[in-house]
Amino acid sequence: MSGLAIEVVDLTRRFGGFTAVDNISFEVAAGEVFGFLGANGAGKTTAIKMLIGLLAPTSGKAHVAGLDVKTQMDQIRTRIGYMSQRFSLYEDLTVLENIQLYGGIYGLSDAQITERSKAMLASLGLADDFVGRLPLGWKQKLAFSVALLHEPAVVFLDEPTGGVDPLTRRQFWELIYAAAARGTTVFVTTHYMDEAEYCDRISIMVDGHIGAIGTPRELKEKWNVPTIDELFVRLARPA
Amino acid sequence: MSPTLLAFIVKELRHILRDRQTLTILLLMPLVQVVLFGYALRSDVRDVRLAIVDPSPDYATIALRDRLVAARRFKIVSVSPSMTSVEPLFRQGKADVAIAFEPDFAGHLHGNGPAKLLLAIDASDPNTATTMQAYARAVITSYEAEVGAGLNQPIRIIPDTRMRFNPTLESVNLFVPGLIALVLTLVSALMTAISLSREKERGTLEILLVSPLRPWQIIVGKVLPYLGLAFANVLTALLAAWLIFHVPFRGSVLLLLSESLLYAMVSLALGVLVASLTTSQRVAMLAALLVTMLPSSLLSGMVFPIASMPVFLQWVSAIVPARWFIVIARGIMLKGVGLDYLWRETLVLLGMTVVLMGIAVRSFKPRLE
Repeated sequence: MSGLAIEVVDLTRRFGGFTAVDNISFEVAAGEVFGFLGANGAGKTTAIKMLIGLLAPTSGKAHVAGLDVKTQMDQIRTRIGYMSQRFSLYEDLTVLENIQLYGGIYGLSDAQITERSKAMLASLGLADDFVGRLPLGWKQKLAFSVALLHEPAVVFLDEPTGGVDPLTRRQFWELIYAAAARGTTVFVTTHYMDEAEYCDRISIMVDGHIGAIGTPRELKEKWNVPTIDELFVRLARPA
Repeated sequence: MSPTLLAFIVKELRHILRDRQTLTILLLMPLVQVVLFGYALRSDVRDVRLAIVDPSPDYATIALRDRLVAARRFKIVSVSPSMTSVEPLFRQGKADVAIAFEPDFAGHLHGNGPAKLLLAIDASDPNTATTMQAYARAVITSYEAEVGAGLNQPIRIIPDTRMRFNPTLESVNLFVPGLIALVLTLVSALMTAISLSREKERGTLEILLVSPLRPWQIIVGKVLPYLGLAFANVLTALLAAWLIFHVPFRGSVLLLLSESLLYAMVSLALGVLVASLTTSQRVAMLAALLVTMLPSSLLSGMVFPIASMPVFLQWVSAIVPARWFIVIARGIMLKGVGLDYLWRETLVLLGMTVVLMGIAVRSFKPRLE
């Protein structure tokens, strides 16, 4: 289990009579960039919420960073980072104040916070200002860096590049690769199929199931499609 | 305190201190409210409708009646021989004050005994009632002095005052304790509800819930800075009431401050509850106004005495925290009593805090969906 960042076995979540996530199983290796794709309503968000402790599974098992989401969520919380599809830093606080908040919440020492925030500002090329004054692309890059502040084993990114221009998206993916190179497992959802091609492995969720899983190249060969985009459309509309 | 919680509280303080406009409004509010309420409730009373009960009219009762009318404050709306006719007038709101002379008033005035009269006042508006009483007594006293001087011997008229509808009326100062309750409710319940639902609306709450912060720490972190603000507000309201309106303070300041903090806790818990049950800032704000501000001002006994409410509303008022706090604050400020008299109300507030906080913490996380 040491090589696995995420291990999901027969994970299910029902809301009343509706089964949002139906018996899914998959594994993500440590240090991997894993693309978690699916149409809106396919059950992606529900699955992520079970992995980060915002929803309890109805049945099945899931381990994150080698820990059980049912019994060891408290330990998991300190070892994962999360960036939601909505911008999630405080706009009325400065960059440094946001860093101090999240650093403090994740139990970093003052010295660590000072050191890491300096490094972060330098690598992003940012000056300390109110977050609300930054352009959207910068905000997203900053939010990602803040999610990595406590050097989590796994970072969950829920549509991190929504509404961002292509150049910034490219820069964002450079940040993702840099994080993966440092050993952080990246679990990312996206609607941009070109981004899916950047991932080490991807899965495509369809109606609560996993419709396909593998490296982008494997999947294209197996389904005999030129792009992931086409595979996605074919799976989502099985007609 | 854990560094995790501390980091969160620092962040909350920054939010509050950075929003200067809101902060200024919140800090000035108690002052403005005390001044507005203070002056608004001190309205000058004119044309008081007076019912006279005079079983045996004589020169003395006629003279006093003339004096009352001559003072221009009063106009006589009815003269009758017995009290029975006065009751319907009060009920229909056709008389504000009744003066009943005892039989053979003049005889008593010049004989041995003091002459007695009954002053009955509609005290459904306590402040107006106090003013009307003062006017009536002033007229009676001046008549007393005048007749006494003419006779070269002191005479005595003993007015026996009855406040109707609100028999335990203390003084004009009743409104200050209610005001403290109102300000605390506003700052505590409304502001926490807004600040918490803002996190929900903007998606930052999700990030916090994924972090090692526990739900109770998020709530404590939200609540603590506002407790500080509430504390400042109580001091402002008390100082303003004391300096501008000379409202007395007979009991222990420390006890009142502690009770205020307790009441603030109840309101904060309500605010958290409102935020966890609503989905947007706007709804949270309206809901907070509806479930906290309205009952706190209308059903708490601050404006309308509980004793004069319909029985049903009296029952409803029992679940309004402000009702209990106002009893406590009035007791401490105006009567100077301590915990030995107020333990029951204090226990009610404590119980409400525990129950509401419990529900708030429990409902907090599942409601994220």
